Amino acid sequence: MSSYLGLWHYHACILLMMVGLFAVISRQHLVKKILGLTITQVSVIMFFVAMGKVRGGTAPILETMNHDAVARQAQDVVFSNPIPHVLMLTAIVVGVATNALALSFVVRIKESYGTAEEDEVLAADHAASVAESAKEHSLESEAT
Amino acid sequence: MDVPIEALLFFLLLVTALTVARLRDLYAASMMTAIFSLLSAGLFVLMDAVDVAFTEAAVGAGVATVLSLGALSLTGSREAKKRAQVFPFVVVALTGAALIYGTLDMPHYGDASAVIHSHLAPDFIEGSAELEIPNVVTTVLASYRGYDTFGESFVVFTAVLGVILMLYRSKKDAS
Repeated sequence: MSSYLGLWHYHACILLMMVGLFAVISRQHLVKKILGLTITQVSVIMFFVAMGKVRGGTAPILETMNHDAVARQAQDVVFSNPIPHVLMLTAIVVGVATNALALSFVVRIKESYGTAEEDEVLAADHAASVAESAKEHSLESEAT
Repeated sequence: MDVPIEALLFFLLLVTALTVARLRDLYAASMMTAIFSLLSAGLFVLMDAVDVAFTEAAVGAGVATVLSLGALSLTGSREAKKRAQVFPFVVVALTGAALIYGTLDMPHYGDASAVIHSHLAPDFIEGSAELEIPNVVTTVLASYRGYDTFGESFVVFTAVLGVILMLYRSKKDAS
């Protein structure tokens, strides 16, 4: 069990992700679902960034451009891995862009249906399709 | 000594996330989401990801909150009370168990001998000195993987286009 103790950062990220996922699945208000999605997204980003951490390392910013100094730095200064940082920067910005698009969809749904609760939207859709088929049925029976 | 601070931040994040999931007042929930982003930015600094931290603080806690508050002003801020279901709990528990099982053979947090630290990252750090850009993240973002950043700006452009079309259309229909 003690060998798994070094993984607790990852497990904490997974725990946060579970809370976000729960908000997405179980809540009915669409804006709440998007907030849950934000939490999920931050947790996943944190998981990736945690993998890039080197114990005793520092932020990947060089102190001097001098090549000899860089060679010296490489021996006594340890940098955390910059690659997850770069990838997650992109993920954050793209995440906010998709967030904005999702919120505009919610605003549109609210204007069309008069509600932003998922189950009420589905019920309205169902009622509309039932009314449609009933209308078709009555037209058919008129024709015959 | 940094482990207690990280544990404290993770605990606060968990409390904030649970509050977001529970709150029925959506204005409060979106403010809690902003707090969540800000706390996570603090954690990013502890994980040496300073660039990710200030992007998260500016974009996640700032812009995203403004967007969700704007959307709430148009959709109404109360969430109707629904009874709890068992099914979401089961799905979330299964997903979490599977993910935790997947981490069990990963290298430990902060392990310098992990595979991802031995390839590519040393080259990028060296190349950053050659290109005379102090911040290695900037070097990778703008130079080595500049086309990724170009693709990102295209995605953002598409999203903005989508938002404009969506809201313009709805305004035209309303009149």
